[in-house]
Amino acid sequence: MSTPQTLYEKIWNAHVVEQRDDGTCLIFIDRHLVHEVTSPQAFEGLRAAGRRVRRPDLTLAVPDHNLPTTARLDQNGQPIPIADPESAQQLEALERNAPEFGIDYINASDAKQGIVHVVGPEQGFSLPGTTIVCGDSHTACHGGLGALAFGIGTSEVEHVLATQTLQLTRSKSMEVRVEGELLPGVSAKDVVLHITGVLGAAGGSGHVIEYTGSVIRALSVEGRLTISNMAIEHGARAGLVAPDDTTFAYIKGRPMAPAGADWDAAVAYWRTLATDAGATYDKVVSIDAADIAPSVTWGTSPEDVLPITGIVPEPSAFADPSKQEAARKSLDYMGLTPGTRMTDIEVQNIFIGSCTNSRIEDLRAAAEILKGRKKAANVKWAIVVPGSGLVKQQAEDEGLDRIFTGAGFEWREPGCSACLGMNPDKVPAGERCASTSNRNFVGRQGPGARTHLVSPAMAAAAAVTGRLTDVRELAS
Amino acid sequence: MKAISRVEGRAYPVGLKNIDTDVIIPAVWLKTISRVGLGKGAFESLRAVPGNVFDDPEYAGAPILIAGDNFGCGSSREHAAWAMADMGISAVIAPSFSDIFSGNAFKNGLLAIVLPQAAIDRLMEVARTDDIHIDLETQTVTTPFQDRFEFEIDPFRKHCLINGVDEIGLTLKSSDAISAYEAKLSADRPWLAPNQV
Repeated sequence: MSTPQTLYEKIWNAHVVEQRDDGTCLIFIDRHLVHEVTSPQAFEGLRAAGRRVRRPDLTLAVPDHNLPTTARLDQNGQPIPIADPESAQQLEALERNAPEFGIDYINASDAKQGIVHVVGPEQGFSLPGTTIVCGDSHTACHGGLGALAFGIGTSEVEHVLATQTLQLTRSKSMEVRVEGELLPGVSAKDVVLHITGVLGAAGGSGHVIEYTGSVIRALSVEGRLTISNMAIEHGARAGLVAPDDTTFAYIKGRPMAPAGADWDAAVAYWRTLATDAGATYDKVVSIDAADIAPSVTWGTSPEDVLPITGIVPEPSAFADPSKQEAARKSLDYMGLTPGTRMTDIEVQNIFIGSCTNSRIEDLRAAAEILKGRKKAANVKWAIVVPGSGLVKQQAEDEGLDRIFTGAGFEWREPGCSACLGMNPDKVPAGERCASTSNRNFVGRQGPGARTHLVSPAMAAAAAVTGRLTDVRELAS
Repeated sequence: MKAISRVEGRAYPVGLKNIDTDVIIPAVWLKTISRVGLGKGAFESLRAVPGNVFDDPEYAGAPILIAGDNFGCGSSREHAAWAMADMGISAVIAPSFSDIFSGNAFKNGLLAIVLPQAAIDRLMEVARTDDIHIDLETQTVTTPFQDRFEFEIDPFRKHCLINGVDEIGLTLKSSDAISAYEAKLSADRPWLAPNQV
């Protein structure tokens, strides 16, 4: 009988092209997603060396980071030019490079356009058991389908374009097991914020994490994508959730997914991927679902997580002296005083979107709270940015857009938006944002912007009251 | 990649933990289609603080930076490594690095050297007054005060750094093995070929 293997080991072993004596492996890449920010220098490198793209058929390009989320087409159906000349140049570079190198390109006004990590699963491009890369750290997202997916830098983007492989060394494995039943008001986002608080921003360094346990099994694919998306926020190379019937039901019938006899063969293979009984991980962390509350961040690292019922911590309360200094700097930047109740913190901006929380279930959860309510007067700016044009269409079919606009939100076109302060959607300096995105770094949502990471339902609740709010107070 | 085997000179004593990629280079600087010129945006938010080490003439042109745990966490942006190289930094010493940053640094001949916190504390002290020497060949960091710290590095990365190896060129030598893998893949798992949109 063969040695029991983890899901990670199975995927890794199935992708080794060559192994060198020092343990470095040449790993085959099944899927490569490309966006406009981290690819121009890679294409330029290929051109300079006279190299071509080895497998354009395994590569898919879509713009997302730079795109304004305001209307894309004018009344005559013509594309509206991008005002920022540098953004325009970067978007044009992708639009030119994709066809030049034979890569499929989804353009900005196509309904299929969206954030790469929403588009991949939605189109059936991302599949269980595959290796998926993108020049973007949140590529870990696709691990929610059971794919070994991770972010790479531009040199590696060029390497994958030229060779369809990467030179890699095997990471260590970690199991994060979440058992029990989620309490009311607790979503996948709260689970991953809680995990990040427990592990710390570097807790997963050097590891690929498999999320297991009854809580993960009970989650929808959307929820699993949210969890795996933020694997990088606790430092992991990648996150994984074993594919199961929930996964297969999600993928079946998607445009780029296998169909017919191919589908049956694919599912048969995917069923072999789950971690074998008796397989061991390098590290195991157990989390009790009962300990997870609706969560929120107070500082400038995703590890700075508290239950919404918590109070802003005193820096001297941290054991680690470097964390004490970091906490002091964070509180200074965030304009917060230790001892303040999180629910007393006023917010002026609400952002519902990003590759973490812009799928249909996220929008439904936020709309559920906003139904029949309006945003508070002190909330100056509230936007909803669907993860793709198809999510947007579906939400409109369900009438969610009217709930959002009725509550005083702006209903936008898909893109990365206010997650990263790169396109026109930014949070003004000194103001706070309850944000469903993934990073609360200094300046992340714009210079001087103060970010509190929350779930979609919690963002909606904060919009209604104008302060960070325990969603359980508003839930019907 | 340009070859690198030694770095010596002053070091920016930064020391903070969890210095993320948005601190190293904010997103607004990522709109470039070039690899050069990003130095002027590097560490923008830290530089906004009066008395910061980056604008202290004492450290002008320092080729080394000393930081706390989890340096380069966050985004995959290689712009972080490009920006540091552009401002003249050739090596970062920290107790740990994010996996992606460490890879990006390597691809750009920027040394990401891991030393324990006690060594970092000592180097932070030395950095305020004196030079620090890094020798990749002997895998050591030394100071004029007889401090000597040994560091680990992956042998393949060490070889590539010292010889300035073009990694894509190296992988392309394995083209036949890649072709053989692809042939086996289409036989074993033909359903992997994506339907085109």
